[in-house]
Amino acid sequence: MRFAVKENLAQLFFSGAAVLSGAATLLILGFMILLSLPVLESGLLMNILTDPWSPGHGQFGILAMIVGTLYIAGLSLLIGFPISLGCSFFIQITSPHGPGKLLKKLVQFMTAIPTVIYGFVGVFLLVPVVRQVFSYGSGMSILTASLMLGILICPTMILFFSQSFARVPKNFLLAADALGGTPFQKLIYVIIPHAWPGLLTGLILGFGRAMGDTLIALMISGNSVMLPSSILDSARTLTAHIAMIIAADFDSIEFKTIFICGSVLYLLTSCGILAARILDRRQQG
Amino acid sequence: MKKPFFDRLLVAFSWGCALLLISAVSIIIGFLVVKGYKTINLDLIFADTRPLDGLLLKRQVFGGLFPAIIGTLSLILLAISFAMPVGIASGIYLSEYAPANQKWFFSLMVDILAGIPSIVVGLFGFSITIFLHHFFSNRIFPCLLISALSLAFLVLPYIVKTTQTAMESLPFQVRLTAPALGATRLENIIFVLLPTALSDIVSGLVLAIGRCAEDTAVIMLTGVVATAGIPKSIFSNFEALPFYIYYIASEYSDPSELMKGYGAALILLLICSGLFCIAHWIKNTIDQKQRFSY
Repeated sequence: MRFAVKENLAQLFFSGAAVLSGAATLLILGFMILLSLPVLESGLLMNILTDPWSPGHGQFGILAMIVGTLYIAGLSLLIGFPISLGCSFFIQITSPHGPGKLLKKLVQFMTAIPTVIYGFVGVFLLVPVVRQVFSYGSGMSILTASLMLGILICPTMILFFSQSFARVPKNFLLAADALGGTPFQKLIYVIIPHAWPGLLTGLILGFGRAMGDTLIALMISGNSVMLPSSILDSARTLTAHIAMIIAADFDSIEFKTIFICGSVLYLLTSCGILAARILDRRQQG
Repeated sequence: MKKPFFDRLLVAFSWGCALLLISAVSIIIGFLVVKGYKTINLDLIFADTRPLDGLLLKRQVFGGLFPAIIGTLSLILLAISFAMPVGIASGIYLSEYAPANQKWFFSLMVDILAGIPSIVVGLFGFSITIFLHHFFSNRIFPCLLISALSLAFLVLPYIVKTTQTAMESLPFQVRLTAPALGATRLENIIFVLLPTALSDIVSGLVLAIGRCAEDTAVIMLTGVVATAGIPKSIFSNFEALPFYIYYIASEYSDPSELMKGYGAALILLLICSGLFCIAHWIKNTIDQKQRFSY
């Protein structure tokens, strides 16, 4: 009988831990919503979403940050996506042996490079280059941040793309080979039709990674609070905005709006994860 | 036979992208190495203090990286000791006990937690601090403990995921042998499944350690400062390598300080790539031994 007690206790312990991990996710959401409530209740939400940010004039709008986030994340995806696609072709299709394996190792290694290092190199290498090439502003711009972020998000996308290419059933590929298909035809007619949900998932995860990154945007995008009008303008992302607020007065509206930023980021990334899950199920099923 | 045009295009495109990525990474790492290798010496870490005195904590180290390295190490130690038991236990629950609907729910939660930007996790830690400050004791401020707890939240999903995947990918024979000999579910988990999956779990843990070492956004909001010396307790402020690098990049005042920044970046890169190699080594070598014995 003592066995049964031990078994049940263990199960209780394991399930307790799982509940704790699940609760962590909800707890963070709860805190973000709870702390944005005062602003939501005061009916200032529309002002906060549309006003410019100038605390001196009592305006605490985060529109410029939302636009900045979307600009930087979107542009970095535009830069990172073709490179990632090419690299995953390289790993899975054009040279799966030797060079492809090496590239995969390098890509896995890239995931271990600290973000702050990308930012540091960005400040001292990329910013001067951008400043000289375009001779416009300080060199800290949407473009600079997006170039670095584009490289940062590559590993996420490459690993996901290659994984979804590898999941294409072998007999489909063999059939295409038997019919005399070239690698290109195999890619267009067999692999992509089969793996597109995976491609989309990788894209969503890459976007989430670009949106959620703080250090690169904070260090090399210039952090101006104006609405950007070109990619050479400086901009501030939501993440950098949160990092920059060091308000001493916890009760100020200025301070409370950063929880709105937090909630927006939380909700956007969770939507991305949900979409990724649905797509993933689609490819498997 | 000549290859069709589109096939040559495909090959050219993939080689081009691969070379572009390789050169980007080499430029980033090469830039740091070329600029920073000269600064790597004992002075960088201990400044004017005698290394032995610094190591034995006899004297505070001023101007060196030693406090930042100690800060990062204590952060890792604390965060992993919070996240490891919970993470591994949840992973075991998800792979061995949970019914399908619970599994769906919990793994969705874990996925969302993994996707939350680290700055939001930091903001969460910060708001918890304010909460405690208001309602419990006004002596609670952002500190090492709060940072470590927030970091634990950040790496928890990685540990859960790797544990779950490692356990689920065990072959069926391994799973059935012990129960066939009369072992209970718990005995099967502790004596057979966990040891067999251990190499994957440990390599996941090492990668989680790497995340703790590199993350800057979380600790920025929860108690890291530019100069604090070696943390006296878990309730005091602390320094950390990644924050030091960020701080130097934005506020350096003279070239010698900047050089220290290069040195710190190089050291952090070495630590993180070292951890990555260890994780790979554990996964590959130990895993093969295990496969031999079955």
